[in-house]
Amino acid sequence: MSAVARALRAFASFWFDFIVGDDWTVAAAVTAALFGTWGLTHTVLPAWWLLPAVVLAVTTASLHRSVARDRRRDEQGR
Amino acid sequence: MNSAVLVSTFFAAAIEVIEMVAIVVAVGAARSWRAALLGAGGGLLVLVVLVVVLGAALREVPLAPVRLVVGALLLVFGLQWLRKGVLRVARDGWGVGYGDEDVDPADPASVGFDWVGFVLAFKGVSLEGLEVAVIVVAFGAAAGAVGAAAVGAAGAVVVLGVLGAATYRWVAAIPRRALQLFVGAMLTAFGTFWAVEGLGATWPGDELALAGLVVLYGVAALLLLALVRRWRRGPAAPRLDGAGEAAATARRRP
Repeated sequence: MSAVARALRAFASFWFDFIVGDDWTVAAAVTAALFGTWGLTHTVLPAWWLLPAVVLAVTTASLHRSVARDRRRDEQGR
Repeated sequence: MNSAVLVSTFFAAAIEVIEMVAIVVAVGAARSWRAALLGAGGGLLVLVVLVVVLGAALREVPLAPVRLVVGALLLVFGLQWLRKGVLRVARDGWGVGYGDEDVDPADPASVGFDWVGFVLAFKGVSLEGLEVAVIVVAFGAAAGAVGAAAVGAAGAVVVLGVLGAATYRWVAAIPRRALQLFVGAMLTAFGTFWAVEGLGATWPGDELALAGLVVLYGVAALLLLALVRRWRRGPAAPRLDGAGEAAATARRRP
């Protein structure tokens, strides 16, 4: 692989890890919430509340999945 | 020199500078001071170039898209730290991880230059610095006293920068795992605030909403920590559909 290709791959990998990290559902939920917030700004409803609500919900769900995954791994390891 | 413009600009810029310094100090303490300071320096350099090149036309720079992009990126990254901080503190407790003791071999901060810390500090300083520059141009042009406005803004950067540097020892004394959790909450709050503003929505209480978000996510982090500890201790990880308890009971039967 050429040096340029390696540099491009490293750059892409950096931004993928920065944005998606270890749980793609969080980035997806945040993206959806941003679109939802934008949609709400075109209505008479307040738009500020949607993103914090989604952030809290998706973080809780993500942590729950992490703990469940760790427990399954521990049980399989026994 | 127009002292009214100087003082007004000092206080208006101070709000933005506080956010800037908070991000640099938090990233420096949690990741790498070298990367954070270089990122901050890079952000200031870009800002100086923009001010020199654009001058008064800086007022025409659309801040909303910049806020949205920077805010969204800070938000998703802050959430990663928040989640990892909660999981690690739940696993190991608060008092683990002073300085180099807690370097995770998988964490890029421990290998070579910390580009993540650099990007976080760069983005925070660039965005807030751009807002400070717009304040200077707006206040200064309106009163015909750009010089006084620039001095006021520079004064805010110096005073709050020194205060931020003075907090270094206090912040560095916080265990790294705990720092990751609270810095994650802080970055998530900043990202949420800026992203929503960038989309054209307004927050109740304007800038005060940012403080409210920091408190909200900080409290949420502590509640999530308690939840995660309970899930880890429980007989089975509870499923959101309630089937977890039934499965655990079935496994316990001979």
